[in-house]
Amino acid sequence: MLRIGCPWCGEREEIEFSYGGQAHLAYPQDPHALTDEQWAQYLFMRDNPKGLLRERWVHSHGCRRWFNVERHTVTHEITAIYKPGEPPPARRA
Amino acid sequence: MASTERASPLAAWPARFAAASASATDFTIRELPFTTQINVRGNAADAAFAAATQAVLGHGLPAAANTWAGTAERAALWLGPDEWLVVAPDGMNESIVAALRNSLDGQHAAVTDVSANRTVIEIAGSHARAVLGKGCPLDLHARAFSPPQTAQSLLAKAQILLQCADIRPAFRLYVRISFAPYVAEWLIDAATEFAASRGLDAQRIAARLA
Repeated sequence: MLRIGCPWCGEREEIEFSYGGQAHLAYPQDPHALTDEQWAQYLFMRDNPKGLLRERWVHSHGCRRWFNVERHTVTHEITAIYKPGEPPPARRA
Repeated sequence: MASTERASPLAAWPARFAAASASATDFTIRELPFTTQINVRGNAADAAFAAATQAVLGHGLPAAANTWAGTAERAALWLGPDEWLVVAPDGMNESIVAALRNSLDGQHAAVTDVSANRTVIEIAGSHARAVLGKGCPLDLHARAFSPPQTAQSLLAKAQILLQCADIRPAFRLYVRISFAPYVAEWLIDAATEFAASRGLDAQRIAARLA
């Protein structure tokens, strides 16, 4: 069980949240210009690091707002939480 | 012919609520049916929006997350950074919606009547915190959760909007209509251990063991 600090509601239990996958994926400027392979890359291919991953969460049973979390995929340690639109904090060494 | 009379989702429950309240020591449960609920969205930092809502409601929209403002009868509950729930007694929904829309005319704001979305269950008494604590992941101790606080969370897997309405304590649970009978059943079950007769049972058992 993770305890996740919603930027608005504060720390709550993981059951109140839903996972939204990898963050900071830019929608292609002109999807029609892409080849099928490039489109598939955008749609399906995600980073799968053994380490820190920036991902989206939504406080679905709380304030229903989206935000970003930087989480270690092995230890589940949450190293940063920031609102949508805010730049991700610099990676810790 | 279909009945056109409205019915609250807990219309069949007052007798069970009364029985549960009567048998428990210092715990009461009741429904506040047909509570007017209006969803208001807008920019809290915009002075014009704040003034327009204040003029209609008589109190400001709470700026702090997870708090409510106003009185027990007429309040505004924080739902999100740009979203509030205005609550009022039965029958006021049309007049408040019209007044808010009129007052907010021309602004980037939204006013929606959501009275039929949820019903309100009120539990009160010194055991209310313990009853809620059995199914809610929040810290419900008085030092962490007292008026004017609210929270949106889960109670026994059902989504609730929880308002600490009074220091007594009294809690109002805004529950989705389809979840209301389940939540009511769960609350009554969770409160059975505080029934006065349980104390008598314990006395009888203690007497038998003596």
